[in-house]
Amino acid sequence: MINIHNLSKIYLTKKGKVKGVDNVSLTINEGEIYGIVGYSGAGKSSLVRCINLLERPTSGIITVDGVDLTTLKSEELRQARLKIGMIFQHFNLVSQKTVFENIAFSLKAAKVPANKINDRVEELLVMVGLSDKRDVFPGQLSGGQKQRVGIARALANNPKVLLCDEATSALDPTTTKSILKLLKKINSELNITIVLITHEMDVVKEVCHRMAIMQNGKVVENGNVYDIFASPNKELTKEFIESVISFELPDAILEKVTGTLVKVVFKGDVAGESVVSDTVQKFAVKGNFLHGSIDYIQDAPLGIFVMELTGDRAEIKEALKYIEERTAHVEVIRHGV
Amino acid sequence: MEFDVQHLVELIPEINESFLQTLYMISIALAVAIIFGLPIGILIFITDKGLFLQNGIVNQVLGFIVNMIRSIPFIILLVALIPLTDFLVNTTIGPKAASVPLSVAAIPFFARLVETALRKIDYGVIEAAIAAGGTPWMIIKDVLLPEAKSGIISGITITVVSLVGTSAMAGVVGGGGIGDLAIRFGYYRYDDTIMITTVVILIVFVQLIQLIGDKIAKAVDK
Repeated sequence: MINIHNLSKIYLTKKGKVKGVDNVSLTINEGEIYGIVGYSGAGKSSLVRCINLLERPTSGIITVDGVDLTTLKSEELRQARLKIGMIFQHFNLVSQKTVFENIAFSLKAAKVPANKINDRVEELLVMVGLSDKRDVFPGQLSGGQKQRVGIARALANNPKVLLCDEATSALDPTTTKSILKLLKKINSELNITIVLITHEMDVVKEVCHRMAIMQNGKVVENGNVYDIFASPNKELTKEFIESVISFELPDAILEKVTGTLVKVVFKGDVAGESVVSDTVQKFAVKGNFLHGSIDYIQDAPLGIFVMELTGDRAEIKEALKYIEERTAHVEVIRHGV
Repeated sequence: MEFDVQHLVELIPEINESFLQTLYMISIALAVAIIFGLPIGILIFITDKGLFLQNGIVNQVLGFIVNMIRSIPFIILLVALIPLTDFLVNTTIGPKAASVPLSVAAIPFFARLVETALRKIDYGVIEAAIAAGGTPWMIIKDVLLPEAKSGIISGITITVVSLVGTSAMAGVVGGGGIGDLAIRFGYYRYDDTIMITTVVILIVFVQLIQLIGDKIAKAVDK
């Protein structure tokens, strides 16, 4: 649905050229929710703005639904934008217009006849759950409600793509959850491709199918969200994952640990605990769970445990081999003393 | 300094007439300032760098003209525009004639106030309207003007108050007006009664304009 090829965006500043986006290539498939994660300044916001040409790329190609937007004339570009919805961190509603008028703006842009605008707005309000707020001004709405108006405005013309620029970053955790739920519903019911940029790994874990991690304008790692969570390659990726799934042990515990400290990752349906109990039975080792959890990413379980193995060194080695063969990943954090 | 009530009563018809002349000049100048200044202010804003009708030439030319007119002292503008005044209203004296230079001075003044009001709009709102596929005209009509409405009303208030001051100089071309009355009687004839009365009228008038302007600006802000 969206093809990004060798895209660069260079900003000219007083200090010289700054590469906001540095030679990024990505493919976002139709119907998926794609997350782009990075700290602020990583270039994710510039990248997403290049998709609907709010910012013009310096070089490279972006095609949305097969159309290279950079080649379009201004009226054609405007037409193309009707099919690319966008929502923002600070909602960006027109404060002096009612909820109805804010949503109707998109429809007027698409030249929808006046007599059809009313019905369509009502329909959108039902979809985002704000039917009773039709004639209210944005100033009277909560953050979550404002974002719902933003979503209704973005979806008014049945777009194929919805771009979300830190759409939940200004919201509290409960509201974030409800907005994410709505985005998920939109994605599955309307088959709208969603590109979501965020610095919150939680958001990606909750809704995204695939993801990319950006740093200094470059994509450092990308792929299936589940796989990235199960086996991250880059330090930055690990850092982001640890922000939601942390296995840091308190120093007091670490001091007491004398055996080999290992982290075991179980994917999908592999029953983690049974592998460990088998191991303990098969080999002359003792296992001691220190930390662990099973997270559900896109409804698939991902188990990560931190445990201490004590026993004969050779036996531990054999045991690790046994576990490795049966699980997704085993990592020795610290060897026993 | 003395205040002669008898003298004041005698001059009430003249004060009345002057006040109406002031209203007349200000009304015309304000109407012209809004008709021309509003589009010019919008144009300067939307042709600026990074905005949706970015156009360096239009932006700089308009900016230059606005600055140029604003830098000319009004008394000079008043005289310099006599040929234009003659052409437009077929006379070079009286309140009607004074309205022309007042209007010319008020247009760039108001245009800058409109531009300032537009600059206060959060750029994200404009960006969202562009992303939604809004045409430039729609963005002006449904985003810029509503969002800047309160600021523009404040700009109108400031323009009116400034016109009250400027119109005092209209006497140079026989424009009349309450300010002119103050200058003629108070300044040239040392007539304290009339000077004090006209100054008080001007103070009350300006206070009222500001009060009403602020009230409206607040009332329209949702």
